[in-house]
Amino acid sequence: MSDQSSHNPKTASEIASHVEEPSQAELHTHRRNAFAGLGWARDNLFSNIPNTILTVLSVALLVWAAPPLLDWMLLKATFLNEDPAACREAGGACWSFVTVKHRFILFGLYPYDEHWRPLLAMALFIAALAISCDSRFWNMRIVYVWGLVLPVCGILMWGGWLGLTFVPNDKWGGLPLTLILATLGIVLAFPLAVLLALGRRSDMPAIRAICVGYIETVRGVPLVSVLFMASIMFPLFLPEGLTIDKLLRAQLGIMLFTAAYLAEAVRGGLQALPKGQYEAADALGLGYWQKTRLIILPQALRLVIPPIVNQFISCFKDTSLVIIIGLYDLLTTAKTALADPSWRAFYVESYVFAAFIYFLFCYFMSRYSQYLERRLNAGLRR
Amino acid sequence: MSDPVIELDHVNKWFGAFHVLKDVSMRVGKGEKVVVCGPSGSGKSTVIRCINRLEEHQKGRILVDGIELTGDVRQIERIRKDVGMVFQSFNLFPHLTVLENLTLAPNWVKNAPMKEATETAMYYLERVRIPEQAQKYPGQLSGGQQQRVAIARALCMKPKVMLFDEPTSALDPEMIKEVLDVMVELAHEGMTMVCVTHEMGFARTVADQMIFMAEGQIVETAPPAEFFAAPKTERARQFLGQILGH
Ligand SMILES: Nc1ncnc2c1ncn2[C@@H]1O[C@H](COP(=O)(O)OP(=O)(O)OP(=O)(O)O)[C@@H](O)[C@H]1O
Ligand SMILES: [Mg+2]
Repeated sequence: MSDQSSHNPKTASEIASHVEEPSQAELHTHRRNAFAGLGWARDNLFSNIPNTILTVLSVALLVWAAPPLLDWMLLKATFLNEDPAACREAGGACWSFVTVKHRFILFGLYPYDEHWRPLLAMALFIAALAISCDSRFWNMRIVYVWGLVLPVCGILMWGGWLGLTFVPNDKWGGLPLTLILATLGIVLAFPLAVLLALGRRSDMPAIRAICVGYIETVRGVPLVSVLFMASIMFPLFLPEGLTIDKLLRAQLGIMLFTAAYLAEAVRGGLQALPKGQYEAADALGLGYWQKTRLIILPQALRLVIPPIVNQFISCFKDTSLVIIIGLYDLLTTAKTALADPSWRAFYVESYVFAAFIYFLFCYFMSRYSQYLERRLNAGLRR
Repeated sequence: MSDPVIELDHVNKWFGAFHVLKDVSMRVGKGEKVVVCGPSGSGKSTVIRCINRLEEHQKGRILVDGIELTGDVRQIERIRKDVGMVFQSFNLFPHLTVLENLTLAPNWVKNAPMKEATETAMYYLERVRIPEQAQKYPGQLSGGQQQRVAIARALCMKPKVMLFDEPTSALDPEMIKEVLDVMVELAHEGMTMVCVTHEMGFARTVADQMIFMAEGQIVETAPPAEFFAAPKTERARQFLGQILGH
């Protein structure tokens, strides 16, 4: 995809620059540029019959779908009028619903007057995530950043300290909940996944058996049932009187589930690495963990950035399944917001809004992985 | 002969049911250069890979600098510190710069301070005549340069023995000489070396002993002058005929 899109303009500009050679008469330049555009279209849109058919179909689809969509989304939409009746009259999208309900969708049942706390926590959290994306922080500094941000977020969200009222975490919801579940799920799953992948290739049969058993079992059940087990069955095994918080159980469930899939992605990288790398490290006298940390993982993980990010994205979206154990994540709050009878008709707007937020995060992750891949492989030619 | 640095005593090895090494015995003294040759599949690589436990032998004894190779991991790591190895396919670490390739093991395995490790690394890079490439990544170097970096990487550990497994067979002809020159120099300085190679010119120049292997056995051991002039066995005569192109 990106290959083509970066290639096409180049072709066009090449043709254009060829046309604009000084020997060409000035008068003709304009006409010839138009001609160059035609040339580009011929090269890229009508190069052969299947391509031509696709071009025609795409244009037809655009002409058929774009105007009504535009009509609905923008031209006939209502944005600020907080009366549902006005929406029905206008006939387009009712973004007023979002205007009225966005705080509930974003923060769920968190006490209304305290919304600034999850908002601030989320801003800090996202800032820390952004900092983590910068390779200049890939050392002890990242530990300090999170070591500071996580407790601050915890204090903001729970409160009960520094004059903040206490908010139990079953009142948490919306975007902060989704972000916490996904990020902690991924961050905690990652080391576990690396250990599982290494264990699966271990020389020790017992360790190998445990890892294979774990990975295959978890991959054999859907996340929904893992969450069910975490929320309903897990407490049955705990000794009397000891309870683990519902949020924590969901968090553990997501983490354990993601780890199994991530482990398989990591294993792919371990397998793709030439045997010579393991042997060279051995021959130099590096111990197992030194070899793994310094030679194997840095190379193996780079090889599997795309499937790893794939897993991250899928984990982020899968957090929406916590609805089944009664947690108010972003998708659930979007749905619950529709319970208000006067706004019930506008479910499309509600879901589009939630989808848009999911899309923002997932799209960013995908772009970041592409950037990372390019950057890390820049010096690496085999 | 003084105490041997490497001693193999009736070493046997199987890959599954396949008997790849049959009663292989050899002694390599301090400062000695041994060149191992023989037809493809005769077990040359397997022998030298047993010396630093990249392969495990099943019967017989292998001693390196008086320490016997057993399953004991600490023993193995101790021996590997003293045994440098150069591979046919270089096996440099592509995610590290040349300098990092050289300082990594001294720093982590021998706990050398980074400053000292860097000085040693630069010294050996000059010895293999590519100090100017220190900050590059292996992928940016030619094959000959990569192999010289690999030799320097092994030397940075100040090994007592160097093992070479066909170090020039993956190289274009014009790069073979630059690698062999470095190896000859190393030999003249008194390094103990075991080389698997088909470079017979090199063998003639530096070898104290030629070891000829066929089908997992050592068929012939002789000083190079003797070995090239009058091989004792028919197998060796055939092999030399092929390799020297008579
Ligand atoms: N890991 C392995 N598993 C099974 N058989 C193996 C393995 N490694 C090597 N062999 C077999 O053992 C025999 C000896 O292999 P080795 O690599 O030592 O030969 P070589 O003398 O170095 O040959 P070449 O000159 O081709 O490098 C060969 O027949 C090879 O097929
Ligand atoms: Mg070989």
